[in-house]
Amino acid sequence: MSAIAYRFAVNVTPKPGILDPQGRAVEASLGHLGIVGVSGVRVGRRIELTVEAASEEAARGVAGRLAAELLANPLIEAHEIELLGSGAPGAR
Amino acid sequence: MTRIGVVVFPGSNCDTDTLHGLEVAGAEPVALWHEQASLDGVQAVVLPGGFAYGDYLRAGVIARFSPIMRSVSAFAAAGGLVLGICNGFQVLAEAGLVPGALLRNRGLRFLGRDVLITAERNDTAFTWLAGERRPLRMPVAHGEGCYFADDETLDQLERDGQVLFRYVHADGTRAGEAGDPANPNGSLRAIAGVMNAAGNVAGLMPHPERAAEAVLGSEDGLGILRSLVEATRRRAAEGIVPTVAGVVR
Repeated sequence: MSAIAYRFAVNVTPKPGILDPQGRAVEASLGHLGIVGVSGVRVGRRIELTVEAASEEAARGVAGRLAAELLANPLIEAHEIELLGSGAPGAR
Repeated sequence: MTRIGVVVFPGSNCDTDTLHGLEVAGAEPVALWHEQASLDGVQAVVLPGGFAYGDYLRAGVIARFSPIMRSVSAFAAAGGLVLGICNGFQVLAEAGLVPGALLRNRGLRFLGRDVLITAERNDTAFTWLAGERRPLRMPVAHGEGCYFADDETLDQLERDGQVLFRYVHADGTRAGEAGDPANPNGSLRAIAGVMNAAGNVAGLMPHPERAAEAVLGSEDGLGILRSLVEATRRRAAEGIVPTVAGVVR
């Protein structure tokens, strides 16, 4: 069985209720741009990666473990995994 | 001699100060490289301040997966004394060896200045010679030091005496959470340091090693280092020397 390359994005965001001073700073700057009506800014991070696996399920498993153990701290951050595409290994 | 290891990660920058501070406190300090699995027979471990692995992703998280941290975790599980200072505290929190997490400072700025803290207890391996309730002056130097845990966890930590240090005003009263300069990073309930349930692993954001000699402007940190050194010495005399048997790389 040949492996397929799955490209994922792992989106990590501060959990609801967690203090997000970066989000607050961004929000506070909006007035300087003359933008109104924007609220609830939360700053997270996005990590893109390729997993080679036999199936999408297996690849998601690897990405999920990586997200839970390393990319996000479950105490303070939520994460979701987004499949961006798949193809032959080595191709982008 | 009481051998205390100081772990050196790539990006540690308080390792030499910590080695020196421990020597002033009466220990034989031993540097331990992050890539080694052996703890070289040390009787206690200190994780120093700095920016381990550049603090990429989140402060302390990549250091957590280094070979030496497996041994430190096993050493802690066996009852060994482990102290994390600043970045070392962040590493311990990421590793789950102490409760909670350290968020970006509420004011977003990196802060390097003196703060006042008190030891909440004087019956732990990290504080018994530190002077309970007396405000201790020592520096902080961090960008992510805002202590966070959910309310339930905070209540439990307070109930079980796991809150080890708090930021305080000069009169010893507890600092506020937001907008109080006495709490430099906005830590919840002004928590500056905590320990695990077993009482053998502790972390704090301020730097006792930078306040361990009169020439540094304050000797208030020395009591914390001496607490650790003397507790380690006593435990060794009583034959309590945890080892890291069976740790596989």
